[in-house]
Parts: sequence; C-alpha cells; structure tokens
Amino acid sequence: MNTLQQLRFVWKPAVFLLCLVPAALVVTDALEITGRLSANPVEDILDRFGNWGLRFIMLTLAVTPARRITGWNWLIRFRRMLGLFTFFYILMHFSTWLILDQGVLLSAVLEDIVERPFITLGMLGFLLLTAMAATSTAGIRRRMGRRWDRLHYGAYAVGVLGVWHYWWQVKQDIREPVIYAIVLALLLGYRLWHTWQRRR
Amino acid sequence: MLIKKPADIRPSEITSKDNYLNRRAFIRAGSIAGASALAGPAMAALVPDAPRAKLPDVGRSRFSTVETPNSYEDITTYNNFYEFGTGKEDPYRNAQDFEARPWKITVDGHAEKTGTFDFEDFIKPFDLEERIYRMRCVEAWSMVIPWVGISLADVVKHFQPTSKAKFVAFETLHDPVRMPGQGRRVLDWPYREGLTIAEATHPLSILAIGVYGEVMPNQNGAPIRLVVPWKYGFKGIKSIVRMRFVEKMPKTSWNMAAPHEYGFYANVNPGVDHPRWSQARERRIGSGLFAQKQPTLMFNGYAEQVAQLYDGLDLRKNY
Repeated sequence: MNTLQQLRFVWKPAVFLLCLVPAALVVTDALEITGRLSANPVEDILDRFGNWGLRFIMLTLAVTPARRITGWNWLIRFRRMLGLFTFFYILMHFSTWLILDQGVLLSAVLEDIVERPFITLGMLGFLLLTAMAATSTAGIRRRMGRRWDRLHYGAYAVGVLGVWHYWWQVKQDIREPVIYAIVLALLLGYRLWHTWQRRR
Repeated sequence: MLIKKPADIRPSEITSKDNYLNRRAFIRAGSIAGASALAGPAMAALVPDAPRAKLPDVGRSRFSTVETPNSYEDITTYNNFYEFGTGKEDPYRNAQDFEARPWKITVDGHAEKTGTFDFEDFIKPFDLEERIYRMRCVEAWSMVIPWVGISLADVVKHFQPTSKAKFVAFETLHDPVRMPGQGRRVLDWPYREGLTIAEATHPLSILAIGVYGEVMPNQNGAPIRLVVPWKYGFKGIKSIVRMRFVEKMPKTSWNMAAPHEYGFYANVNPGVDHPRWSQARERRIGSGLFAQKQPTLMFNGYAEQVAQLYDGLDLRKNY
C-alpha cells in the first residue's frame, strides 16, 4: 500500500471510528452497558453532545495551526472529517433539545429561539454549520469557487457562537466555558499572528 | 383617632393564627419536649448518625402530597450543593466522607432565647414528621421528596423572637477543608438564605433532618437543612450552622451573585421567567427519557396555602 492508500483505507476509517466513540458511549451508557446517565438523562445527553460539538470545533480549528507548526501537511486531509463531526455532534445536540427536551412543542421552541439569547446564538451557529456541511463535497467546492472560502471562514464564527452559547447558559460556574474561550482565543490568535507575520 | 396596641403585650406573646390553628400539634410537641427532659441521656439516641439509619417516631402530615416520591437514588445523586462542587453529581461524589457530627447551631439576633446548641438539643423539643413535598429547582427540573423534618414555625416560636425580628437569616457551615467546593469562590461563602417571619412561621416551612425515614444524607444537607416547598430549591439552605433573627431583609447568596436573576423571595412562578430560560414548564426527574415536561404551578402548587402571604406584593418585581 502506498501512503495515499494507507491514508484512505487505514487512517481515515480509524479516525472516523474514534470520532464516533463519544456518541456510542451515550447509547451504551443509556443502556447501562458502559456506565449510566444521570438522574436527568435528557440534560445529560444534551450536555454531552454539546460538549463534544465544542471539542470538535476546537479540533477542526486546530488543524491549520498544527499543520503549520509541525509541518505535517497530511493533517489537512482530516479537516473536513472533523468539521463534519462537529456538525454531527451539534446536530445531535440540537435534535436532543428539539425532540427530547422540548418534545417538538413548536410554540416553546420558537419562544426559546426568539426570547433566549443563548439559544438564538446556538441556532445561528447551527445554521451556519448546516450550510458548511451541505457544501462540503469537492464538487460543490469547485463550483462555488471564492464564495466557498468565504462561507467556510464561518468556522471561526461557529467557534465564537458556540463558546458564547455555552458561557451564557451556565448558571454560575464559568470555569469550563472559560477554558473553551481560552483555547479558541489561542487558535484564532495564532491565525492573526500568522497573517501579521506574513504581511511584514 | 389612632388606636395603639397596649404596650404591655409583647408581640412575641401574641398567638399567631397559624399557631392557634396548630394548637394540637403544639400541645403534642410540648408534651414530648416535657417527656424528653425526663428521659435525659436516653434521648441521645433520638437521632442516630450512622449513614442511612432509620429515624424513630416519625409522624405523618396532612401537608404531604399524594404524588409518588422520586427514588432514593434520584434524590441522593442529582442535586445542587455547590459546597461540594458545581456538577449535579458532585455532591454525591464529594460529600461521602463529610462528618456531620458533632454539629453546633447558633441562634442569635432579636430573640428572647439565644445561644449555641448541639444539634441533638436543638431538635429535641420538636416532633418529627414526614413531609412529602414537591421540589422545584430554579433550573426547571423537579422532584417529589419525602423529607423528615420539624416545623420551622415551632422552632421560631421556641426561641421567642422579639418585635424587632422581621426576618430569619440562615447560614451554612463555612469550612473549605470539609467542604471542598468552598475552595473556589463560585459563591460568596458562607451560603446565606433568609425568610420573612411570616414565611418562616408558615406551617409548610420545615427544617429537614432526613429523607425516606432515614437520617439526612451528607449530599442533601446533613444534618439539618431548610425546606420551603413553594420556593425554588436554592432557598433550601443546607447544613445550617446559624439562625439569626434580624430586622432588615438579609443578604442571600444567589441574589448577591446575580441580583437580576435571583431575588430574595424566589417563589416558584411560571409567569415570571428566569432572564435566560423559561419557568413555564419543568422536567420531572425520573419520568423517563421520552416524557414531556409538565406545566409549573404557581407557588409550586401550594398557592392555596401560601398566596395570602404575598397579598399586595408585585411578584414580577419581587421575584
């Protein structure tokens, strides 16, 4: 097998399966095989998917800085997969909220989206992610040209909206959202620094 | 013409309506207190302190709901007690080694009887009752909990507050070694709560010392905590070490932390949303993964008993 084949038939499937582990654990914990869910299972599932969504945004945004720092250019080949897993976990987070938490009660859902700023932010991030996921194939990318790049810079906005959404939702202990905010600031700050270096 | 009350009767001597209506319970409490004075050292066994020890002589109450209580596991593994961490399962994980005995409670402020009392002596004069109450958290989830407790009205009357006592202020133990969550300033420790005298002497208010007929688990506020079922759960201050009769509205922890989100009254009210989430519905813990939320009731379903306490008060402003 050459390197490209190795990547395609070994490393990509392996990373793919690894990315599915947090979702699988939600299912096996719910069935009490690997662990258990809390006494408030809906909240537990909602939090886990939301948290993994945030972690995958950070991982996706870490690809470019990591590639530049290490010189491992093959990392770029995992970026789309990580981005799509971000979408997957946020989609699960959104579906848990819509179906299990709100019971698809449309009046309550609309009221929440309009009246709760942290939910408005989350919805904006989710819509942006959906647009990016829908345009993620190579063919669409080619056809969109420059517009594709502009749309996919939205990944930065998704990071900001995601952390903001989380920060606004916690009651008092902001330790975890602060950690995400610091990681995001480093990832976006690196890009600013890099651009500034090149202009000099 | 201005008619003044005769000055020779102290307000603390006037029997309140609640007290009058509860005179049977009072007579019973009195006779037990008398008997306990005779029994002396034997009463040390009144409240066993071993984990999950059964509490003796627990009476039933007409104030109990007929709703099915949550499981012991739900009640003891999912709650807020920031002194042991901010996660819902942190209290269960981090409070296991907490030593809730010996325990002292200080009563001070505007009252005839004040002092520092051993927990056993503090509760000795009062009847133990099971009170199965709904508990509505400000985070929009709820449980039904079979508390065992003593009437807070009886406790207040026992210490004979003077006319200056308009509020009762409570404090939790402040000991970062025993309560690891206090190592971080998530809240301004010690945790503080308070009630108006009228709320504290309402027959529904209790000081709970147990759950499911057993001693209070550490994670739920051992050895003694407040339960006010028509208010959001955070009013139910845990592991109480101080009870103070004061003239002015006392500072309360969540109000100090976020005054626009948590008021002093904190009455359950589906019509007044938390600034960041709706209070119209609640998730009943234990109802299963696919259960719908249920509508939240005014005063958590205790409106008939407590609404008159707030006549003339704008509940939108006094949230």
